[in-house]
Amino acid sequence: MSKHNIRVTINGVPHEAQVDARLLLVHFLRDQLQMTGTHIGCDTTHCGACTVVVDLEPVKSCTMLAVQADGAAIITVEGLERDGKLHPLQEGFCQEHGLQCGFCTPGMLMTAYGLLSQTDRPSEAEIRHAISGNLCRCTGYVNIVKSIQYAAALPR
Amino acid sequence: MIPAPFDYHAPGSLAEAIGLLQQHGDDAKVLSGGQSLLPLLKLRLASTAHLVDIGRIPGLEYIKEEGGYLKIGGRTRESALERSDVIKAKYPILHDTALVIADPLVRNRATVGGNLAHADPANDHPATMLALGAEVVAAGAGGERVIPITQFFTGIFSTALRPGEILVEIRIPAPPPRSGGAYVKLERKVGDFATAAAAAQVTIGADGKIARAGIALTSAGPTPIKATAAEQFLMGQRPDTAAIAQASKLASDAASPSADRRGSVEYKREMARVLTARALAKAIARAGGH
Amino acid sequence: MAPHTTFEIGGLGHSIKRKEDPRFIRGQGRYVDDITLPGMLYLDIVRSPFAHAKITRINADRALKVPGVLAVITGETLAKYNLHWMPTLMSDTQMVLPTEKVMYQAQEVAAVIATDRYAAADGVDAVEVEYEPLPVVVDPFKALEPGAPVLRTDKKDKKDNHIFHWEVGDRQGTDAAFAGADVTVSEQIYLPRIHVASIETCGCVADFDRVNGKLTVYMTTQAPHAIRTVVALVAGHVGLSEEKIRIVAPDIGGGFGGKVPVYPGYVIAIAASVVVGKPVKWIEDRMENLQADSFARDYHITAELAAKKDGKITGLRIKTLADHGYADAAANPSKFPAGLFSICTGSYDVPHAFAEVDGVYTNKPPGGIAYRCSFRVTEAVHAIERMVDALAQKLQMDPAELRFRNFIPPERFPYTSALGWEYDSGNYAGALKKAMEKIGYADLRREQAEKRQRGELMGIGISSFTEIVGAGPSKHFDILGIKMFDSCEIRIHPTGKAIARFGTKSQGQGHETTYAQIIAEELGIPAAHIQVEEGDTDTAPYGLGTYASRSTPTAGAAAAIAARKIRDKARKIAAHLLEAAEEDLEWETGRFFVKGVPQKGKTIQEIAFAAYTNHPQGMEAGLEAVNYYDPPNLTFPFGSYIAVVDIDRGTGMVKIRRFVAVDDCGTIINPMIVEGQIHGGLTMGLAPALFEEIQYDEAGNIQGGSFMDYLLPTAMETPAWETDKTVTPSPHHPLGAKGVGESATVGAPPAIVNAVVDALAHLGVTHIDIPITPEKVWRILKDNGVAE
Repeated sequence: MSKHNIRVTINGVPHEAQVDARLLLVHFLRDQLQMTGTHIGCDTTHCGACTVVVDLEPVKSCTMLAVQADGAAIITVEGLERDGKLHPLQEGFCQEHGLQCGFCTPGMLMTAYGLLSQTDRPSEAEIRHAISGNLCRCTGYVNIVKSIQYAAALPR
Repeated sequence: MIPAPFDYHAPGSLAEAIGLLQQHGDDAKVLSGGQSLLPLLKLRLASTAHLVDIGRIPGLEYIKEEGGYLKIGGRTRESALERSDVIKAKYPILHDTALVIADPLVRNRATVGGNLAHADPANDHPATMLALGAEVVAAGAGGERVIPITQFFTGIFSTALRPGEILVEIRIPAPPPRSGGAYVKLERKVGDFATAAAAAQVTIGADGKIARAGIALTSAGPTPIKATAAEQFLMGQRPDTAAIAQASKLASDAASPSADRRGSVEYKREMARVLTARALAKAIARAGGH
Repeated sequence: MAPHTTFEIGGLGHSIKRKEDPRFIRGQGRYVDDITLPGMLYLDIVRSPFAHAKITRINADRALKVPGVLAVITGETLAKYNLHWMPTLMSDTQMVLPTEKVMYQAQEVAAVIATDRYAAADGVDAVEVEYEPLPVVVDPFKALEPGAPVLRTDKKDKKDNHIFHWEVGDRQGTDAAFAGADVTVSEQIYLPRIHVASIETCGCVADFDRVNGKLTVYMTTQAPHAIRTVVALVAGHVGLSEEKIRIVAPDIGGGFGGKVPVYPGYVIAIAASVVVGKPVKWIEDRMENLQADSFARDYHITAELAAKKDGKITGLRIKTLADHGYADAAANPSKFPAGLFSICTGSYDVPHAFAEVDGVYTNKPPGGIAYRCSFRVTEAVHAIERMVDALAQKLQMDPAELRFRNFIPPERFPYTSALGWEYDSGNYAGALKKAMEKIGYADLRREQAEKRQRGELMGIGISSFTEIVGAGPSKHFDILGIKMFDSCEIRIHPTGKAIARFGTKSQGQGHETTYAQIIAEELGIPAAHIQVEEGDTDTAPYGLGTYASRSTPTAGAAAAIAARKIRDKARKIAAHLLEAAEEDLEWETGRFFVKGVPQKGKTIQEIAFAAYTNHPQGMEAGLEAVNYYDPPNLTFPFGSYIAVVDIDRGTGMVKIRRFVAVDDCGTIINPMIVEGQIHGGLTMGLAPALFEEIQYDEAGNIQGGSFMDYLLPTAMETPAWETDKTVTPSPHHPLGAKGVGESATVGAPPAIVNAVVDALAHLGVTHIDIPITPEKVWRILKDNGVAE
């Protein structure tokens, strides 16, 4: 099995690492870099708990190899807060009770991050469509939609 | 959820990629978006000794109109299809299709070429491409060749691509005026494969009658099903409810779905009929025919 | 009802923002798989492809050659320590690892220990197991037929697959009521097996410290203390003593009952860590979770109602076959093998009732109640709410009207049901009226009539459920003998801040916030100043954990009582400080003052400081209290839900147009959190109603063992739930609160089924089993000639 040197920028910080060919991106983040904010919730690419932003687009990091991320700029949930200031999405999720157990939350935040970078004031329908690849068992989605709407209304 | 070990290659050119495929033969698999292949590798339902990632090869992602065709690079992501203005405006059937493939996150990685080359009869693009009368461009050691979509799907998970060939482009002939298309998919929930789905692309002649019809079905057999009898029936017909009903019946006759948790054979066949009718109605409306 | 405290204090009724959120929104939650300890090893499990088979050979040679693999553990290994079998929470037994045969597909067969998770996966792939298939029993009815293969051959003298027979009520009186009834209705209702599938799967890190002889297990558990005691009892013979066992439930990504049972993976990890002396991590993947962990439902119900022709119900009779898989590993209170199923008389004044449940073994994973159901209440409510609609249909009476005629009226509370429960309070008609107004019931019926003329299919379904939660009074409730009290220990610091620890364990319910709010209400200390901790058995007072919506009814009450004890002591200190008699002091939020002289008072903060610096002679210093609360009764949250559905005549797809939920959970601690619980519960009611099902084919192969086929609703399938409330406090709870976590999961499915049946009732449909798939509906349309 081949090993590869990869260079990735994560939350603005450059990383260099040696990885096995088959190492999944999510395991690279969680196990190799100890960035455990990104979660694993399934094994068939359904749940979206592993969502991170790669080169500006939210993707399921369980269905990407770390080697495929060579040269990419990745944003994880750990990168949303800047200089002690919460991202509007983080504020929104708190204000609108968009989380309960918190396990799907990082994935939801990163998908929403991708959405808000494409669409200024998404409608409820657009939000539900955008998060349709992220499963939640606790909230019933209603407040997640409100959380994202809250964030969309804030200056960014 | 952990794949068995493999060697990974990231060729920087098509020639390099083709060389690797030739070198390793059956021991190699092409990695495009990876949204079909990686899940299989993770469950160890498929394995490979050599993964050849074509993601570093420049010039394989584009959507352009050229020479009377819409040309889509093999590595174009589904999300790009979803966002493309020219596709929304002129190929709404493709927009419909992209929208129902998996979910938005998967679509940020999944590629059109991969969707076709993987040849899962439950994938959505095959039926749409059949309805559009598309062509596939394959690049191999011997150069490029064009494969009509009607010859492309040869069996379940198998295509006319020869060993060492990579799907580099999909070409769709630009539809004449008064054309419209639609893809209608019945799924148990968002992100699922189709229980049944129908693609319909029609052109209405100056005489108000159907000049061309392309109809194809997803999840209706070991390969995507081209509903030839339905297409032929529609030629010269007025695009009215009776014609739609008859064509849909013929389309569902062409379906031979398998029973699974999504439905029985009977249900799926009936849904092929219902969805073909809906796809045709939508296509005709978009063609300005109703 | 306006809150008594200011928002800054954050007592009951305030929607203060959650105190636990800051770590979760930053990805700084600490879930079990986030824990890494020095030298930690990984455990992965080899599982059986067969549902019933003898194991003839396990060959670990290839596996042991995989780089990174250190050991392969089998049943033989564990048998040396008598750990290959373990007790279940219902006093049955189940295998940890088999020594003879496997009894369900995906059963644990062997375990691989490796240095990293990738090597462990490769190791699992390389273990070779040879099986000799045995006849498979998946049909619970067939399992009880004479001549059926006896599955539990490990039980000496067991000659059949019958587990238990349980009955309650007056069989003769009920039979007589049926015999003399004007009208009866009967339906076969099957609630299929489903799985709770919280987004975080189960797992643990077992860490045995050889030097100190202490075992620490970080575990996804909703009941850490119970686990600790069970481990001490089960593994005591290998030297694990309860004071040397620490169970830590860190942040948990959803529980819903699925993280109550003890799974073989935990036991194997513990054994491995003890033997190897290193931390061992086991995290199951999703398919393992769905295929092997505790399921819910799988109840085959025959339900009947007897009534007078004016609709007054005279009798309820239910017979149920409960498929428990190969072991009864349900987490019921021990005297209730069918949980609280006897709540099945529901919100109605039913004079005669009889219910019986028979449990049976099959070649499926063990379990029974893990899915947000408070011990079989979903099954009970589904049955009664479906039957009430069936009766309404037979009588051609509006289902709301029939319910109003039969509701237990408010003046009858506390009400003792025919099956022995004393309902604490209820206002069923009030909730239903409110729901009907909110959804515009009369207009909807008019619309339905018009649409029916045009052949359009639309349905309206009601569910007026009563829940039964808060287990439970020590007189009747215990789990493995441990009474089901719960606890709270509060300590006030000199500067007036507090720490409170509980025997429960939140998995997303917001306890760090709501418990603080209870204490804030009682003591006037701002909720923001009250640190709440749960889940570490070394520090938390003993409790039975969080499931079955029991936390607010038990531990929430304990918090109030403990806080009141503190207030009692605070009064004494205040009297001392104010040089007044205790009787002359009055309390208002956060301070004591002299009656009639309001400016002469002491704040709770001043009192706290004094508790350490200036307490009366003869009094102990400090300001703390603990309460172990034994609830005098269960609590009975209730509600009325109304669903409106439209059916696609071409595909059979059911679309929920609107869903109104009116809930009553008594006193509300945090309206925002309660609403969130309802939203989530409704979605976990929608899921089984339309999407979720685990099935087995004749060979015992699971269908629906991954998210490919086990369908969780996304934001696209989930409607925009509309919620409202009534407030009918519980007379016996110190705060009047009842608990609410599971109400919506219980109440929602029958509302949806009732709506779909209502849409098709004119075709003669009286019942449809869940999940209501498009094909099921389409088949009905087709058979009736109304499909598109």
